[in-house]
Amino acid sequence: MITRQMTVLTLLAVGLLIAGPHVRAQKKNSAVPDSPDARAILHVLNRIGYGGASGDIERVRTVGLPRYIDQQLHPARISDADLAARLAPFETLQKSTRVLAQEYFVPALMLRRREQQQRARDGVSTSVEPGMSRKERSPEQMDAMRADRSVLAELSQQRIMRAVHSERQLEEVLVDFWFNHFNVFAGKGATRVYLTEYERDVIRPHVLGKFRDLLGATAHSPAMLFYLDNWQSAAPNQDRQDRRGRPARGLNENYARELMELHTLGVDGGYTQKDVQEVARAFTGWTIEMPRQGGGFKFEPRIHDDGEKVILGHRINGGGGKKDGERVLDILAAHRSTARFIATKLARKFVADVPPPALVERATARFRETAGDIREVVRTIVTSPEFFSSAAYRAKVKSPYEFVVSAARAADVEVAGALPLVHALRELGMPLYFCQPPTGYADRADAWVNTGALLSRMNFAVSLAEGRLRGVKRTSSMNTAAASARDALFQTALAGDVSESTRATVAKAKSAAQSLALTLGSPDFQRR
Amino acid sequence: MVPRRVFLKSGGLALVSLGFAPEFLARTVAAAGPTRRRVLVTVFQRGAVDGLNMVVPFGERDYYSSRPTIAIAPPGRDTQCALDLDGFFGLHPRLAPLKALYDARQLAIVHACGSPDGTRSHFDAQDYMETATPGVKSTPDGWLNRYLHVKEHEAQTPFRAVALAPQLPRAMQGLAPALAIGQIDRFGIRAGQASDMVQSSFESEYAAAADRVLHSTGREAFEAIRMLKQADPSRYTPENGAEYPRSAYGDALRQIAQLVKAEVGLEIAFAESGNWDHHVNEGAAIGQLAVRLDDFARGIAALVRDLGDRMQDVVILTMSEFGRAVAENGNRGTDHGHGNAMMVIGGSVRGGRVYGRWPGLAREQRYEGRDLAVTTDFRAVFDEVVRGHLGLTDTRTVFPRFKAPAPLGLFTGG
Repeated sequence: MITRQMTVLTLLAVGLLIAGPHVRAQKKNSAVPDSPDARAILHVLNRIGYGGASGDIERVRTVGLPRYIDQQLHPARISDADLAARLAPFETLQKSTRVLAQEYFVPALMLRRREQQQRARDGVSTSVEPGMSRKERSPEQMDAMRADRSVLAELSQQRIMRAVHSERQLEEVLVDFWFNHFNVFAGKGATRVYLTEYERDVIRPHVLGKFRDLLGATAHSPAMLFYLDNWQSAAPNQDRQDRRGRPARGLNENYARELMELHTLGVDGGYTQKDVQEVARAFTGWTIEMPRQGGGFKFEPRIHDDGEKVILGHRINGGGGKKDGERVLDILAAHRSTARFIATKLARKFVADVPPPALVERATARFRETAGDIREVVRTIVTSPEFFSSAAYRAKVKSPYEFVVSAARAADVEVAGALPLVHALRELGMPLYFCQPPTGYADRADAWVNTGALLSRMNFAVSLAEGRLRGVKRTSSMNTAAASARDALFQTALAGDVSESTRATVAKAKSAAQSLALTLGSPDFQRR
Repeated sequence: MVPRRVFLKSGGLALVSLGFAPEFLARTVAAAGPTRRRVLVTVFQRGAVDGLNMVVPFGERDYYSSRPTIAIAPPGRDTQCALDLDGFFGLHPRLAPLKALYDARQLAIVHACGSPDGTRSHFDAQDYMETATPGVKSTPDGWLNRYLHVKEHEAQTPFRAVALAPQLPRAMQGLAPALAIGQIDRFGIRAGQASDMVQSSFESEYAAAADRVLHSTGREAFEAIRMLKQADPSRYTPENGAEYPRSAYGDALRQIAQLVKAEVGLEIAFAESGNWDHHVNEGAAIGQLAVRLDDFARGIAALVRDLGDRMQDVVILTMSEFGRAVAENGNRGTDHGHGNAMMVIGGSVRGGRVYGRWPGLAREQRYEGRDLAVTTDFRAVFDEVVRGHLGLTDTRTVFPRFKAPAPLGLFTGG
């Protein structure tokens, strides 16, 4: 008992250290300081958003930090009209998958097929690279190829522009978090046809909702069904053949395994190989209607295994049909391991690579008592004393995505076209929508700090500062020599908390662009 | 600032300014002492090369009956015929540059080699091969990276593991540092005229950083830039008349040779060769596959020639995610199959032999009635390379849940 009290006291004391003397809990269970200093405000901006843009610290101070956090937890209440205007030129973002497939993907697919056959008829291919040279394509064919590429290009740009310019910063952080949690890979076959829909209709509406709804949406999504092969999974021992006359594939366990290992229970969540098989049986028949044509979810009773299943000790009677899968999702979403696994991952995201156990405990409890209400779990974490402790301050190394977006915000750029930022992420080893394994990208410093990546970050800072990225313009022009401009930059990017060496180095810069590059590429800016 | 010449092993020479000596250079010199650094060059043939036309089982009647238009003729007098290896297998005629290596006993082939997992998806099969955990999708790291991690205590430089590719391949991803470099002469800070100034500014920021992780990684990064600058990669002439094919793959191999010779501590290199997915009009002695094999073979032959005596410490390992169906399809091409052939090349290789048990091509001998069966798990070859060439004795972390069979005997003295 005494020890526990001491821990709480220590945490409160630590909270005082960074929040200054004015800490007063806004309401019960909240450690959000009422009168935070600039560092505490930027800490919040860095964690529930992508860092500060010019003037952000002052704006949050005016609103009040507790109120700002509460607003961010309710993104629908925040007006984001500016962003809507920025995204308006992207024509593919609101289109249905069916239309995208018909108008954007299928024509290019047919063209590639025809070209392959043409090459085949012509005999020897002299070209080492695939695809026909551009000269040989008609304008219509060029359009088809361009349309094909434009879907992913617009989606990627959209994601980055939102992260940079949206007022709903927490929502963007969580879109990234949940997409990564329920990762799908654009490079695997038809997955990319479904990506626009996946992010827009499956992930985004649920990022602060009920976990069960999010889980259910991903389980039904053609993107996930294709990526983890469930669309091909069928009851074993059936005398069927595929189109080419080969024996049809039977049970495929991929989705069942990742569903438990990565989406819900966690690898040590207490399931067995037998559970994997049983879950896979329950999901047989959850498939896609014509994936290449952008068809939707379909339950196919003919390949469903309708026998009895026993999953994690729960009996599912035979004859349940599609409901078998729903029942599995219910069981998994309500499992104690899931609460802990999700709470741990969120605490790692918002607080520290190794999240404080007491916080994980409380977030887990909150998950369970709210039946997996993500908003409440996130609220528990971002208003906790651990979140505001000095141990958490700049404890996270930015991922390449966080680095690129926060740099663009701090540099006060206007992103009219984000393709250079999309390319930068590829160079930094974190290509958007191209994370191959279902684990998603790691959320730990050791995954991102290495020689090549660090140099790439510095080079990105230089390119951004020098205005070499097309479509990414700096809006404010900083006076070269003025110390006041430098201080303003330090304030926006780092809340003025800048190491002596970085300060001294930036002071010697020959131009405004160099000052900016040396600030954004500095070790100080690599953490959040 | 008197430049001091530091002689490294095998006549390599580096200029090091006093007081500015890269820290790891000393380690490299030390490491070059009694035990020489072994190098593994991995080449991934992405897209599933047709192993049966690459290393042709011309002794099989079923090979010819299954491939009426694309089979390679048995060894004979003209240039369209397979190049006889052992009276049963022959190389595709465009692999002639590799025939010399085979005859010199530097090239070993493992046939009917592949994955215990039956997937015919390129994506999954590449993933399984690169993580070396067939059937397990959630493995976070690649097998090469796990090797690097296990042997982390060894003398280490930022160039220990380099993929000559725009992105780090799955095989090299993981906790141990590994570099992906598209072009080695572009490695460094690029700020136009101000590059030197900006670079030294960044360097002083990181040198003074209190942040331990960023401090040491930053230091390594700037050491690496200097190291490479001294090797002067922009001016490079291959030795022994080696001529690399003019392709991205050829460029990658040339740069690997540069790194090996620059003595920057390279241990694991990765290059890839693409466009092997010939469903339509694959061709036989000439055609699409032939063009690709020509590029593939000339690249390896150039690398071997360029490295010369250094090949004593170098092994080149080639792989592809799966093989192709035994029978040609209706478009004179081949569909996705199962077993394939891997090549192991190097001075310490017991070459001049085709390894592995040959399962035969009769319908009942095939995998699922259609594909070359797998008699050697690809991990057995990886494992033997890691043990026999790289000298790691306990490979359990590198190949989890895999029990290596008795070695094939790919290495001399192994």
